[in-house]
Amino acid sequence: MTGNPDATDFRDPQLARRILARIHEVSQTPIRLMEVCGTHTMSIFRSGIRSLVPETVSLLSGPGCPVCVTDQGEIDAFVQLAQNEDVIVATFGDLIRVPGSDSSLQKERASGRDIRIVYSTLDALDIARKTPEKQVVFLGIGFETTAPTVAASILAADAMGLKNYAVLSAHKRVVPALFALMETPGVCIDGFILPGHVSVIIGADAYRPLFDRFQIPCALAGFEPVDILSAVRLLAECIESGAPQLANAYGRAVTAEGNPKALAVMDQVFQTEDAAWRGLGIIPESGLAIRPEFGRFNARNVFSLNIPDTPPPKGCICGDILRGVKTPPECALFGTRCTPISPVGPCMVSSEGTCAAYYRYQLS
Amino acid sequence: MATDVITLDHGSGGKLSHQLIAGTVAPLFDNPILSRLDDGAVFAVDGARLAFSTDTFVVDPIFFPGGNIGDLAINGTVNDLAMCGAEPLYLSLGLIIEEGFPFGDLKRVLQSMRDAADAAGVGIVTGDTKVVPKGAADKLFINTSGIGRIRKGVNVSAHRAAVGDPIILSGSMADHGMAVLTQREGLAFETDLVSDTASLNGMVEQMLAVCPDIHTLRDPTRGGVGSTLNEIAAAARIGIRIYEDRLPVKKAVAGVCELLGFDPLYVANEGKLLAFVPEDQVQAVLETMRSHPRGKEAAVIGQAVSDHPGRVVMETPIGGTRIVDMLAGEQLPRIC
Ligand code: SF4
Repeated sequence: MTGNPDATDFRDPQLARRILARIHEVSQTPIRLMEVCGTHTMSIFRSGIRSLVPETVSLLSGPGCPVCVTDQGEIDAFVQLAQNEDVIVATFGDLIRVPGSDSSLQKERASGRDIRIVYSTLDALDIARKTPEKQVVFLGIGFETTAPTVAASILAADAMGLKNYAVLSAHKRVVPALFALMETPGVCIDGFILPGHVSVIIGADAYRPLFDRFQIPCALAGFEPVDILSAVRLLAECIESGAPQLANAYGRAVTAEGNPKALAVMDQVFQTEDAAWRGLGIIPESGLAIRPEFGRFNARNVFSLNIPDTPPPKGCICGDILRGVKTPPECALFGTRCTPISPVGPCMVSSEGTCAAYYRYQLS
Repeated sequence: MATDVITLDHGSGGKLSHQLIAGTVAPLFDNPILSRLDDGAVFAVDGARLAFSTDTFVVDPIFFPGGNIGDLAINGTVNDLAMCGAEPLYLSLGLIIEEGFPFGDLKRVLQSMRDAADAAGVGIVTGDTKVVPKGAADKLFINTSGIGRIRKGVNVSAHRAAVGDPIILSGSMADHGMAVLTQREGLAFETDLVSDTASLNGMVEQMLAVCPDIHTLRDPTRGGVGSTLNEIAAAARIGIRIYEDRLPVKKAVAGVCELLGFDPLYVANEGKLLAFVPEDQVQAVLETMRSHPRGKEAAVIGQAVSDHPGRVVMETPIGGTRIVDMLAGEQLPRIC
């Protein structure tokens, strides 16, 4: 999603090969690096980086796939909402196939419920404008990347005087999750490849407290193979030299302070709250709830939803995978009972899910 | 999770479509002609070998840059016949029209069918029209079926793809799918993407003239190049290796795909073909294709290999490898 005219440099295969050679040269001790963002996971698999880095470098996928970290209860709430005949659910496509406890948005749609896949919140606002007799609810998932546009849609709805638009916010913040991850027993990570899109919004400095507290090497990275390899090289060098760094390897897009406009919009509409993450449990201040001033756009109020506390699907180890503790092939259901066609857990459904990536791209 | 209703995934052209056909439809009608599951049926009548194919079109919107449901419906069946190595002869036309559909639009669609049929050199020789109450169908659905004749010595089938065959793709990927998608209501941006809908029988005829022994032809429509290659790998029990930096994608198409999260390998084409040809004849075929307007950008994108039978593997520009699986979920409903 670069749209960046010089992005082609970052796809230069020769440059990639040179960086790879350097990684092979520096990396001596086995290291475990976590790419936090689902888009990184996909880029790593799709470019075959895993088949190219030395054996000493393990790449783990973290809690950065929005669909995957969405709690089972929230998925069930989405389905509940879709079952309401007065509601049109507007959602990004990825959510549609995620299995809830006993249905999914896809099944609801197949049995006649009005569920629309949209590509932006503008589309959702448009639907609301065109169908005043129905309540349109946008399912807000994702991190600080999508949260500002969802916040902006609420402001726009407010300005337009739209009475039939609401958001069910399950938005999450990345940094609190990284704190939680570092504090989770059994988690063993030597360095983070930090997300690009999120960081464009929140800025590189947002990770400073994390770095100061844990002294863990961190590299912010873009999404092209060269970007990711550069981050791996930086981290390998830091770890080998014993001098941790918080490095911004995506300087062409990420500033220290982020995007103040987007942050302001987000802050105007959302406030932080404790939120449940799949695999990580409740993390303090990690969720974004709609502020009371905008309560009429909050689907939780409009429909007095109560989000059930449902356990994850039986046998699914998505939680361990999101913590980087296990890999998909260690799941007994992987590739047998759980495939992209009939997924058991969200990590197999989402186009950014780790299980889907292993299943689709990894040559065993 | 049990799937107990038909979902849009069943129509995606990917894995579930495949399962639906191979698991539910084909066994019921089981016969040696059907079970080959090529783009059309091939059989002999009084010594003449014929190809017979049918296709139904439900594209939304009906009019899109580069074409409409009408020429799409003609080209689709013409191409299915051509992919059997046949010379398309006659087509039938079935219309399902929703009450209230504007007469002017119908005329426009029919005119482009006429034009497309003329361009492909086929006659529409029989047809049927049904009108259903408002809401019972969406605007206009079209079915076309067609028959064609296969020359002596020509034997084109997915099953014939053989280890060592170079794989030719006739031009850029994903043009049709992205052109239609960006026209859909609700997509709040404008682009100048154009569908590639076109008949391929003219080019195929020339290809078969220089190389009657072409092993396999397929037009990668729904499910895209990725799914089609998987079908061929499975049918012929071969491995397929392709090279990412050889896959042609127009810049604008690549941009929109990236923006919307689509992989061009899985997006529909309506005027492109994949050919598996004997290695010693690849140059001749390639030159013929490149001198034809529909194949100017034809390129060898990979080859059939003995490793990993049934699997398609792609080498990435930085030298890594990864699997190209068949499309698993719904990529784009109602694209053709
Ligand atoms: S393979 Fe399926 S069941 Fe296992 S962890 Fe992944 S999503 Fe869950």
